[in-house]
Amino acid sequence: MDFPIRIPVGKWVETVVNWMTANFSTFFDSVKVVIEFVLVQLDTFFIWVPWPIAMLGLTVIGWLVGGRRLAFITGACLFCLGSLDLWEVGMSTLALVTTAVFISVLLGLPMGIFAAKSPKFDIILKPILDGMQTIPSFVYLIPAIMFFGIGNVPGIIATVVFAVPPMVRLTSLGIQQVDKEVVEAGIAFGCTPMQLLLKIQLPLAIPSIMTGVNQTVMMALSMVVVAAMIGAGGLGSKILYSIQRIDLGVGIEAGLGILFIAIVLDRILQGITKKQQDAIMQQK
Amino acid sequence: MEDEISPKIKCENVWKVFGPTAEDIIKNWDQYKEMNKVERLAKTGCVVGTREASFQIQQGEIFCLMGLSGSGKSTLLRCINRLHEPTAGKVIIDGQDITALSGLDLRKVRREKMGMVFQHFALLPHRRLVANAGFGLEIQGVSKKECEKKAYEALELVGLKGWEKSYPFELSGGMQQRVGLARALATNPEILLMDEAFSALDPLIKRQMQDEFVKLIKKVKKTIVFVTHDLHEALRIANHIAIMKDGAIVQQGTPSQIVLKPAKGYVEEFVQDLPKTKFITAQDIMDSPDDWLLPIGSSLQEILGKMNEKNLRFSFLVDENGQIQETVDYFSVNSFVDSHQSVEDVPEGQLSPHYQLESVTSDTFLESLLSTAANTKVPIVVSDKQGKVQGIISRETILSSLQSA
Repeated sequence: MDFPIRIPVGKWVETVVNWMTANFSTFFDSVKVVIEFVLVQLDTFFIWVPWPIAMLGLTVIGWLVGGRRLAFITGACLFCLGSLDLWEVGMSTLALVTTAVFISVLLGLPMGIFAAKSPKFDIILKPILDGMQTIPSFVYLIPAIMFFGIGNVPGIIATVVFAVPPMVRLTSLGIQQVDKEVVEAGIAFGCTPMQLLLKIQLPLAIPSIMTGVNQTVMMALSMVVVAAMIGAGGLGSKILYSIQRIDLGVGIEAGLGILFIAIVLDRILQGITKKQQDAIMQQK
Repeated sequence: MEDEISPKIKCENVWKVFGPTAEDIIKNWDQYKEMNKVERLAKTGCVVGTREASFQIQQGEIFCLMGLSGSGKSTLLRCINRLHEPTAGKVIIDGQDITALSGLDLRKVRREKMGMVFQHFALLPHRRLVANAGFGLEIQGVSKKECEKKAYEALELVGLKGWEKSYPFELSGGMQQRVGLARALATNPEILLMDEAFSALDPLIKRQMQDEFVKLIKKVKKTIVFVTHDLHEALRIANHIAIMKDGAIVQQGTPSQIVLKPAKGYVEEFVQDLPKTKFITAQDIMDSPDDWLLPIGSSLQEILGKMNEKNLRFSFLVDENGQIQETVDYFSVNSFVDSHQSVEDVPEGQLSPHYQLESVTSDTFLESLLSTAANTKVPIVVSDKQGKVQGIISRETILSSLQSA
């Protein structure tokens, strides 16, 4: 039996996207230029730094933010990465992920703040975030290619689309969960809305915001393979290669490489705010 | 219209109704009056936080809002600095209508005039104590150095010298509340708003904090609005108490007024278990001294006449300054009246040979009056610092006040 009506959503979206491609090309091009610039600089830098220096540098950073334990973890992970002969591709992936996470936080944090402050915005935003997370990422790769062409940039854009929602949600949640009395205290002592945000709400939301950053990092790393399908480089392309050749060895090694990068990135990012997080959690 | 001494804080018919049709509830209150909270919420979607609250607080007074949870006391407190926007009514501080202020002016008042202390301390957990105590000043844009200096002073004032670099989580509850107090004092506000400040502390610490607080505020001289659900705390700290129920103030007065003349019903029930002897003072129960007093120059005949008339066992002879010179016993006077003319003729001490005069000040508690009364048969004399008689408390009065207590 035929369904009485056929809504041509696909056609509509196609029309809109085509129209946007035609009319906003300058905008998309400038976005592409900016992202590409950042990415290339990072990528070149990470690959340019000789591995012993990079390893030492990151280990020292680990030591500074998390003491001996984190220094050891960082050093060990990076050593493993190098020993799998994945240093250079690993650094490419690191550049890719860093860029994507940076953009995600840049977009997600203010959106989260706004969502926490405006219930209306929150209501509109929620289904959109749900959509961004549930619609398979392959689907929005298509418009990404149409807007930005093939290569790293659409990969990053697709990654950002996938990685922004947890950042927004957890920022918003974190701000909403700040102890009501502490917020009242801020107001009672005469905070302006901006002072309230910067001196009370954001600092106290840090545990939740950092969980958001952690989720964003994980999501970005899980996207590198998908991004590789449209031409992004790094470990993702290795894995893609291994799938096409059914080459388990290459796949496993590249997968482990992603794991090591994930650990280093996450632990260092968490370590930066660990002291503050502990103080806040202990108070609760 | 204005009182002679204008009050520091004045609330005029303040209402706070939460919900969509708040204005309507106030306008048609008679219609909603009889409903209980649940019915009202179901019918209108509104909750009445505080209604028809009016009171005046004088400079330097400790005013206590007392009531059980849900009685609207914290809501009313928050109306004073507009953490809750009053739905109707006026809050006036130093003659300035707080309810009419713009955001900017309100912020200025909050920063400069008022400090607030919270039930669960509301400290910033990621900041050291010095940064917590200096928070109010930091918000005002005071230089970092000045902030720290004032914060150190405030922390020392509340007895936390040496802890400046610690974090709140390293402190016990009582100490954390001291930080809350230091934060409120650091900006040197004229008014302190205290929301159940000691309620979250365990009983021993609570008691200690109350005592220290009373001492402290004698030093710093602030006008204080204190919210509590604990009647003992209110009686211990406050000069004035307003008792609240279902959003409205049911009785206001001094602690002894509340204890001695509780309003019918709710307050009465509240007060009935109190050990009244700890709150009733000599002033509250003393009788006018006129019946007992006679000028020192009176003749024995006159004295006996008055004692017969008033049916007194004892009376006192006073000089022109109102100070007692002699205590006389009816039986002694009776035995001397035939042989002697005036008081001076009787050998010293013979008019009241067995009984010792006891004198107390007007703020003596009934508790200690009891032991005083046990030591003497003579009515207790209440006198001021100069020795002038203010009132007399007979044993009968003490007994009857105990009975009502």
